Amino acid sequence: MNQEEQVQLLGLWGSPFSKRVEMVLKLKGISYEYIEEDVYVKKSHLLLNYNPIHKKVPVLVHQGRSIAESLVIVEYIEDTWKTNYPMLPHDPYERSMARFWAKYVDDKVMLTLWKACWGPESVREKMVEEACEGLKYLEEELGDKQFFGGETIGFVDIAADFIAYWFGIAQEASGVMIMTAEAFPRLQRWSRNFVGNNIIKEVLPPKEKLMALFKAQFGNNAA
Amino acid sequence: MADEVVLLDYWASPFGMRARIALREKGVKFEYREENLRDKSPLLLQMNPVHKKIPVLIHNGKPVCESMNVVQYIDEVWSNKNTILPSDPYQRAQARFWIDFIDTKVYEPADKIWFTTGEVQETAKKDFIEALKILEAELGDKPYFGGDNFGFVDIAMTGYYSWFQTFEKCANFSIEPECPTLMASAKRCFFLISLVSGQPLSQISPEEVQRPSSKDVKSLWPGFEAGWRTPQPRFHYHQATKPGSAKRCLQRKTVVDSVPGPDELFALAFKLRKEYGV
Repeated sequence: MNQEEQVQLLGLWGSPFSKRVEMVLKLKGISYEYIEEDVYVKKSHLLLNYNPIHKKVPVLVHQGRSIAESLVIVEYIEDTWKTNYPMLPHDPYERSMARFWAKYVDDKVMLTLWKACWGPESVREKMVEEACEGLKYLEEELGDKQFFGGETIGFVDIAADFIAYWFGIAQEASGVMIMTAEAFPRLQRWSRNFVGNNIIKEVLPPKEKLMALFKAQFGNNAA
Repeated sequence: MADEVVLLDYWASPFGMRARIALREKGVKFEYREENLRDKSPLLLQMNPVHKKIPVLIHNGKPVCESMNVVQYIDEVWSNKNTILPSDPYQRAQARFWIDFIDTKVYEPADKIWFTTGEVQETAKKDFIEALKILEAELGDKPYFGGDNFGFVDIAMTGYYSWFQTFEKCANFSIEPECPTLMASAKRCFFLISLVSGQPLSQISPEEVQRPSSKDVKSLWPGFEAGWRTPQPRFHYHQATKPGSAKRCLQRKTVVDSVPGPDELFALAFKLRKEYGV
């Protein structure tokens, strides 16, 4: 049986975590069956079976076995389909740097960006300050490269998908402008390159739908 | 050209211990530099400007940060000996999943257990035990999380195992009744720490613990002078010296050399709690 025919992805249309996996599958040209999980309404038996610990998406199912946590899944895909579109550098030191920055985005930056947009007014200033600090480190790390991965999209770019796309929409919806072209010209350029990539843009959720979702769920908490 | 390997570390850090164990597993010669976390060295601030935390591995002048990132790097560079991560992609993914679990679901309550009181501490205890039970279910009857081999997840957990006694004393609870299999795994490491590395041991009455015969000890560790001192409370050494589990310990001299004794860690925790009025 074709190895790829056995790939399923349990995902959520608007989730940057879920989309990370879809982006990598598409970049590597791996076909898969996509199953939408409406996790906020009701979690399916499939999801509870395949991710009993966290009960979250994304979950990749390959040859009957499940893998959870988006960046763990991305490394699994990288380990299994090594030759198509490598996401990680070959050199161990460069790989450790890629893992470091991906973790930094995942653990620290995403949350501060989100809180800066939607956190309570009382801590808004502090959150914006922290968000800017995080973005400054990324701006510096990016440098003059087209992508964090160099000339092609890599592990860190995928990890930072929220920053490239979702964050812009969140800023517009909340009215809190942080990642401006003046303050972060490199990240702005990177964001355009990333979102403009032919494969990535097919995967991204529609902007209007995300905007409506953010305003509905979080709009009342702003200001 | 000889490799220059420096580890910026703090003796009590469970994260630092991970790096130490990995280096020793690979037989890498390294220079250990103790950091004063209240007065961080210029080198640390230069090598890890983003987080300013230890451990930092500096290999031929280039820094690697974040403990499990350091362990993976060590595994990839010194790949000829004692493989840490499995080679199978699915097993690797499982190992990475459990690291993520440990560093969120175990770390967060663990950090609160020894440094808080009252309701916050009680909730942390509950969350901690819940997380350990999930890990215990994952361990099953395997000798290690890595199956037959001491691996990635075991290295991650060993740092926390060293702090178990401190957690128990600070929060007045016992982990063993809740997670006997996990504790058996942790005990194997502690047994050797007490016996071999000469760490200070607490005073308890000898009747409470059955000692292994010195014949058992000598046969397991040739050359060891069985200078048996007061045994450690709660650990039933006789059980721990079943040949299978003890042999696994023997191979883990890397752990013994890398992990401080539980009494030292508790002394530190006690001092910090007093200092911060916890």
